Amino acid sequence: MKKLVKQERVAMSGDEAIAYAVKQSDVDVVAAYPITPQTIIVEKFGEYVADGEVQTEFVCTESEHSALAASLSASATGARTFTATASAGLALMHEMLFVTSGCRAPVVMAVANRALSAPLNIHGDHSDSIAQRDSGWIQLYVENAQEAYDSVIQAFRIAEDFGVMLPIMVGLDGFTVSHTLENVETLPDEVTKEFVGTRLLPNVLTHENKKVPFKLDPDNPMTMGPMALPNYYFEFKRQQDEAMKNALAVIQKVNDEYAELTGRKYGDGLVETYRLEDAEIAAVCIGSTAGTMKTVVDELRQEGIKAGLLRLRVFRPLPVEEIRTALENVKAVAVLDKSLSFGGNGGAVFHEVRHVLYDSKAKPYVVDYVYGLGGRDASPRELRGIYQDLLQIVNKGVQNPIQYLGLRE
Amino acid sequence: MNSQEWKFTSKDIAATPDLFLSGHRACAGCVPATVLRLVMKATRGPTIVTEATGCMEVVSAIYPYTSWATPWLHTAFETAAANASGIEAALKIMKKKGKVKQEHVDVIAFAGDGGTYDIGFQALSGAVERGHDFLFVLYDNEAYMNTGIQRSGGTPHGASTTTTPAGKAVPGKLQYKKPIAEIMVAHDMPYVATASPYYWRDLLTKVRKGLEVEGPAFLHVLAPCPRGWRSDPAKSIEYSKLAVETCVFPLWESVNGQCQLSVPSRLIALAPQKKKPVTDYLRGQGRFRHMFGPQGKKLLEEMQLITDEKWQRVLKKCGMEKQP
Repeated sequence: MKKLVKQERVAMSGDEAIAYAVKQSDVDVVAAYPITPQTIIVEKFGEYVADGEVQTEFVCTESEHSALAASLSASATGARTFTATASAGLALMHEMLFVTSGCRAPVVMAVANRALSAPLNIHGDHSDSIAQRDSGWIQLYVENAQEAYDSVIQAFRIAEDFGVMLPIMVGLDGFTVSHTLENVETLPDEVTKEFVGTRLLPNVLTHENKKVPFKLDPDNPMTMGPMALPNYYFEFKRQQDEAMKNALAVIQKVNDEYAELTGRKYGDGLVETYRLEDAEIAAVCIGSTAGTMKTVVDELRQEGIKAGLLRLRVFRPLPVEEIRTALENVKAVAVLDKSLSFGGNGGAVFHEVRHVLYDSKAKPYVVDYVYGLGGRDASPRELRGIYQDLLQIVNKGVQNPIQYLGLRE
Repeated sequence: MNSQEWKFTSKDIAATPDLFLSGHRACAGCVPATVLRLVMKATRGPTIVTEATGCMEVVSAIYPYTSWATPWLHTAFETAAANASGIEAALKIMKKKGKVKQEHVDVIAFAGDGGTYDIGFQALSGAVERGHDFLFVLYDNEAYMNTGIQRSGGTPHGASTTTTPAGKAVPGKLQYKKPIAEIMVAHDMPYVATASPYYWRDLLTKVRKGLEVEGPAFLHVLAPCPRGWRSDPAKSIEYSKLAVETCVFPLWESVNGQCQLSVPSRLIALAPQKKKPVTDYLRGQGRFRHMFGPQGKKLLEEMQLITDEKWQRVLKKCGMEKQP
């Protein structure tokens, strides 16, 4: 086995860890607008700029909409580009999210996941990025500050891969991860730089059958972001979907390579299974709740209850096969949704997991627990209750497929 | 060659290769298309263009065709200036890192009145405040022509549009045209100018000056639209001329906040008898037709008054106000 690289342990919040990862990744342009709980990322990066520690153009735009437009256009010019936002900021970017993925600009964005207004709420839930599910962005959700650091470094590799060329958002739970100080193992600058590499550009074929790099280059004039009518539009969209599928293998490959370097691995890169091998009941979640859930699983296991956990690290592209393989042999599954699809019969993660399991041979029971909206705490005791419900479901079947955890009713 | 020694003759212009090519789908008599062609004639070297959604975007880049012989990017309606910010920032840092070969690359953003006065204004104001080095060209056809002639912040008072039709109770747009170029001057930006394609040499020189200054430059070009103005396509350039001759659209430039009238308007300031009545400009434009009906006299008087007041403001700003 290859010798692991020597790392330095630094106490950082999730936001700081992300700023640090960006600093190390030879990013050309950062264009962003501040919003709680993302602010520490841009503040910290501002410090790096002020102290001359980065070779990056830092564009403090007048809105998130412009932040993403500038990121997209910088990326189209050939620059490695990063931005960060949360909540209302991501909602304001909505239009540009689709344009960015449609233009195949590999922008990397951190999203400090936060509830959407109204009522105004600055705390963590997944409403903001789950609402952008169909925007054509790869979506990663991290469990802690360490993974936030690691995932941003990996994100550049994934997004810029020639078979992918799609933007990627790395979601970290607002405050729970963004503002909580943790020990983070960091790589030496040169190791990160080497792992991420210089941004390379795929060649595209011009109308004169000339291969030219895919960027705005006066030597090879290219029209980017054209209008496509019904005779071409559909093909563009189909190609985006194909690129998304390609991302599955790329995310896994990058996760493996990163593990060889650091010893850290997040499942297979797509999903992380925890004590699922012989599990009879299982929960599925995204983000930092997985940390608490693992403790709960350990307790239950000590009591002889065969409980397990599946954490979706990647929500888009949906790791269909991995989810099915991980869950098809359990008897009952509880999905945790930190966002709500009003009138949609449960949350988005529930919908997706249940649709994957519909094709499994022994269809397990699948129920939904909507929890933590607006940053409401989900205690280990409450989460433990979910597994207790699952035990009942295994014996008696499903009474009520959609439950709300820790809600006054 | 800088703009001081830069004297394009018609022969020079004809010999300069086009960067905005023919074959686009603009309407007959479309002045915005002429403006784009002229602006691109005045570029001084490698140039990246970005464009807001709008008429000129949809006519020039219908996949798999393009009219652009220079790198060109469109993203959305309100993003022309934000795009320019990102492109300029990328070029700057990549030049430092040796990833851009060219010695210098100019950045031009095009937007119509919707993409400038209205939905694109925030991005424009922000990009100018940040001081990005780019030229923003507003081709002002005075309404949302691409979507079918709806009023914008750039639509003049009294104009009939599809959202402010001249009716029995309301005589066209009630509000006044936003003084966009003055607002840009108030940003303390290095270069702001107005131009009309009839005075093409003045326009080309202003484009070149805008590219030469360090930092942001703003060029407001009046661009008649025969479809939206309900005017004869053969007379589009004539309206570009009349707008200046009637002082509806005075030509001036502001260099670091110092305003001066450009020659065509200065000649009128020096010989006020040359100033034509506003009716010369309004007559023939279907959007003002209701002003020439039986109830129109008061409206026409008002239009003359507005124009005169605006002209006085411009004269004052340019230090050419007559002492009483």
